[in-house]
Amino acid sequence: MTPYHRPPRFNWWWGHRAYSLFMLRELTSVFIGAYAVLLLVLVRRLAQGRDAYEGYLQFLSSPWMVVFHVAALAAALYHSITWFGLAPKAMTVRLGDRRVPGVVIVGANYAAWIVISVILAWIVLRG
Amino acid sequence: MHRSVEPLWWLLFAIGGTLTAFLTPIHILIGGIGLAAGWARDAFAYDHIRALVSHPLARLYLFVLISLSLLHWAHRFRYTLAEALHVKPSWLPVSLACYGAAVLGTILAAVFLIRL
Repeated sequence: MTPYHRPPRFNWWWGHRAYSLFMLRELTSVFIGAYAVLLLVLVRRLAQGRDAYEGYLQFLSSPWMVVFHVAALAAALYHSITWFGLAPKAMTVRLGDRRVPGVVIVGANYAAWIVISVILAWIVLRG
Repeated sequence: MHRSVEPLWWLLFAIGGTLTAFLTPIHILIGGIGLAAGWARDAFAYDHIRALVSHPLARLYLFVLISLSLLHWAHRFRYTLAEALHVKPSWLPVSLACYGAAVLGTILAAVFLIRL
């Protein structure tokens, strides 16, 4: 006879800070994926021509899409921060026989993040 | 999902996670919020963006970014979806829905970017 295990409720993670933050981190991927879909549609609209592209820009600027982008930016930032925070646990970096401290690895990731963001902004916005 | 392909999905999830951690925030900030706020309007002009995206390196960049964003989502969301549905993450329909959507998006990205 197998003992009965009550299945956990779908919202088992509510009301527990650590579990809620875990679920929030997992759900950042929904925004990462959704933004990739917006980029995919952008490429399609570009190929369809000027009118299709300009119509798409109007759609992207609509109030609900602004709400989406603000939420997506918050999710993407949370993803970046949690991802870089885990970097020292995911890899050990050694210089000679000394182990590079975790804070240095995290700092290097943040520095690279800033440099990459500035370069991308420059490429797109230089006009 | 067969156990032997699991490391591949995990690897794509990890590469995608790293890539999107570096790139996605600035993309959303400029292409979403900046666009709506009216920053650098000329930069979003059709001719400029079309020329920018048509460069072979930009096409390759967008292909990798779109594909790995979707594959990152697929692997992470698969566990959340399995949790919500009370099934094991290895249950085939859940895997098929997540990885299938990501692979479809990858194929579409390749087709759209080649045809641009």
